[in-house]
Amino acid sequence: MTTRPVRFYQVGSFAVGNRLLEDGDRTVQSDLNRANSIDSGHRACQGCGEALGARYALDAAMRATNGQMVAVNATGCLEVFSTPYPETSWRIAWLHSLFGNAPAVATGVSAAMRVKGKPEVRVVAQAGDGGTVDIGFGCLSGMFERNDDVLFICYDNEGYMNTGVQRSAATPPAARTATTDAVGPEPGNAFGQGKDLPRLAMAHDIAYVATATVADLHDLEAKVERAMQFRGARYLHILVPCPLGWGSASDDTIHIARLAKETGLFPVFEAEYGKVTSVSHIRRRTPVEEYLSIQRRYAHLFGKKPRTEVIARIQAIADRNIERYGLITDETVGATREVTA
Amino acid sequence: MTETPFAITLDVGSSRANHTGSWRVERPVYVDRLPPCNNACPAGENIQGWLYEAESGNYEAAWRKLVEENPLPAIMGRICFHPCETACNRVQVDEAVGINAVERFLGDLAIENGWKLPSAGADTGKRILVVGAGPAGLSTTYHLRLLGHQVRLVDSAQKLGGMMRYGIPAYRLPRPVLDAEIARIIAMGVEVQLEHNVVNIDRERTDGGFDAVFLAVGAQLGHRVNIPAGDSTRVLDAVNFLHQVADGDAPMLGRRVVVYGGGDTALDAARTARRLGATEAVIVYRRNQEHMPANGEEFGQALGEGVTMRWLSTVNRFEGDRLILEKMRLNAEGFPEPTGEFEELDADALVLALGQNTDLSLLDQAGDVVVNNGVVEVQPSMMAGASGIFAGGDAVPADRTATVAIGHGKKAAHGIDAFVLGRTPPIVERHELATFERLNTWYYSDAERTVRPELERVRRQSNFDEVVGGLTEENALFEARRCLSCGNCFECDNCFGVCPDNAVIKLGGSKRYEFDYDFCKGCGICVKECPCGAIEMVPERI
Repeated sequence: MTTRPVRFYQVGSFAVGNRLLEDGDRTVQSDLNRANSIDSGHRACQGCGEALGARYALDAAMRATNGQMVAVNATGCLEVFSTPYPETSWRIAWLHSLFGNAPAVATGVSAAMRVKGKPEVRVVAQAGDGGTVDIGFGCLSGMFERNDDVLFICYDNEGYMNTGVQRSAATPPAARTATTDAVGPEPGNAFGQGKDLPRLAMAHDIAYVATATVADLHDLEAKVERAMQFRGARYLHILVPCPLGWGSASDDTIHIARLAKETGLFPVFEAEYGKVTSVSHIRRRTPVEEYLSIQRRYAHLFGKKPRTEVIARIQAIADRNIERYGLITDETVGATREVTA
Repeated sequence: MTETPFAITLDVGSSRANHTGSWRVERPVYVDRLPPCNNACPAGENIQGWLYEAESGNYEAAWRKLVEENPLPAIMGRICFHPCETACNRVQVDEAVGINAVERFLGDLAIENGWKLPSAGADTGKRILVVGAGPAGLSTTYHLRLLGHQVRLVDSAQKLGGMMRYGIPAYRLPRPVLDAEIARIIAMGVEVQLEHNVVNIDRERTDGGFDAVFLAVGAQLGHRVNIPAGDSTRVLDAVNFLHQVADGDAPMLGRRVVVYGGGDTALDAARTARRLGATEAVIVYRRNQEHMPANGEEFGQALGEGVTMRWLSTVNRFEGDRLILEKMRLNAEGFPEPTGEFEELDADALVLALGQNTDLSLLDQAGDVVVNNGVVEVQPSMMAGASGIFAGGDAVPADRTATVAIGHGKKAAHGIDAFVLGRTPPIVERHELATFERLNTWYYSDAERTVRPELERVRRQSNFDEVVGGLTEENALFEARRCLSCGNCFECDNCFGVCPDNAVIKLGGSKRYEFDYDFCKGCGICVKECPCGAIEMVPERI
């Protein structure tokens, strides 16, 4: 007869908690006494992925640093919806200066702590994709290059959302935004442009670079914890779906983040000193249509006359990621299935 | 107001002053839905409930939850045809949860550890007569004792158990297991009267001063057809045959045994014949495998023991030691029609397993009981007529399985309770069904089912040792943990974790969660990401 060790409890490590796991193996989020770094009452939209991602990451960082932590915030959705004067949602030491200078401010806070003889106080800087890949990139690259002791977290929702959904250099090809209309022969955002920031960060040879999504909490928390084990510049890129800008249902936020990973469009991996050290494999391989078709920013690809050639180009991006990072293993369901596009 | 800097007029405060709950048009609410296993269980077990306890390794708590509905888990863990597993939502993920195997594991563990059933309820002074000590009679006795009624249990046989003892062979249900579970019920304080034939139910009731009667006399008469045979001793019926074997008085059948019929009893008879030394055991059935009513699992075991099948055939007559079979064909409706072609089959004995009938002569004097097609008509409370005579098991119209009988027993006990205390029977409200579509299966680990070991085939052809083994503790735990907990919160913390607004309050200590409607914006992520479908969105009252 078959015997095997009992190594899981119903939901294994996929769900947030598990009433039978040892405390140490549970997620920070399953803890009654989690920091709740960003509190209720914030004005993020229904189903905001960024509010969720920020709490996931900062609560994990709070645990990793025993609460000895300062967060520096760039301008963006996260800053706007959490601190409309005179209210604040932050239950941690939190600082906001300008849109583009968060990495530099974080460098300053880190230096100040060193000067004050408080090296145990760690610094986390955070921004949306606009504040990271566009406006703050000069400061960020400098922070990387100087190897300042900061964990920089980018919450990537692929556009400037609170100003009315404009394109950023993180907006994916073919996506409709207010500045990349779905008209003309190549509707939506252009192919072949934009920045792949995790790879740019890796090119600085900093200690730690990782990507994560709000769909895999265990993975996200492990990466924050790992990042806090290093001193020097570190970078964490978290995909946070935006119901407003992506035109998705508010209850689909986590589902969409999961599909981004399962299609291969958003590779989830970690790298140390410029080299990829681990990847999250695809569990159930999914064609990109499933991801695209539930977002209105891609509605122009479907409709009466589906733009199959455009979908095929997006599938090719996913396939290239799968090959580049080795995202498929023998255990991937549907690994051998021909993906038609 | 404290001193504020230049141009600043307001104190800084927490965003908790901003009640974002007012944005909401729909609100999430926690629900309990009816798991398909519970829905399918004829004995009305709360399967998801006892698996939940077993998942944590609280086996005694699991067993206690189990016996709230069914006092015979070690028996049912062996002989139940587990419709729960057919209904299990996990079938659509990989394979059904091995509920039956876990039930047996718990039942065996209870016997091993001597766990006792709950004590009888406070005495009501009411006396109930239970006729027939099979699964229905034992189940109703148990539930009546829990409710505090006195019970006299009568049976015509020498020992308790009914068809579980005299119909089901020992290789499927070892007698020590049967004895242990029956003894546990009797230990609750039951007056037992064996080898007593009830001839007139009304007189029996009046003489004993009983407030109500439960009839669970079973279907003990083998259905006979006339098979011309020179030597009539060569033809016997399966019910008697199995009964004799159970009494340790097996008839001599010879080497070549033919069993006529396609139900579970036919399989039991053929497998028993093999064990008694028959070199050939052939089942003759008038239809094909697709239309065979017998349980598939047991059919596979029978084939594995060398039982062979003769499909689409009927027995015409015995000629010496040759059986003449007529070939059949199925018509468009799937009914067999004779073809006029004949075949011969060597046979020393023919066992008829063509269905069973109920002996209801004890009801002849009971006026207001309706007997139709050989079974007793009953109301939902299992009352036959308005006279306080209740019936269940094989004697009423229903599937004739032990599990159904156990369910009847429980239902009848509650019906009897209401009757003797002059109350209306309670209406049990059922939750909405937890369908597969409501699950989010992403969250469940991939894990195939643990299969119970089977005795080496060669060994089991010649003895009555139990064929199907039990699970080890490790495997039972693994199997229990494959449960998806359909429609019932199992505290995975997903809702608590995935809320972008911290609007889920974790109560901790198996008290589940609550929503903080001051801040819940109604995004619905918790509903979508609940693995087991225990949350739903309902429109907000405006």
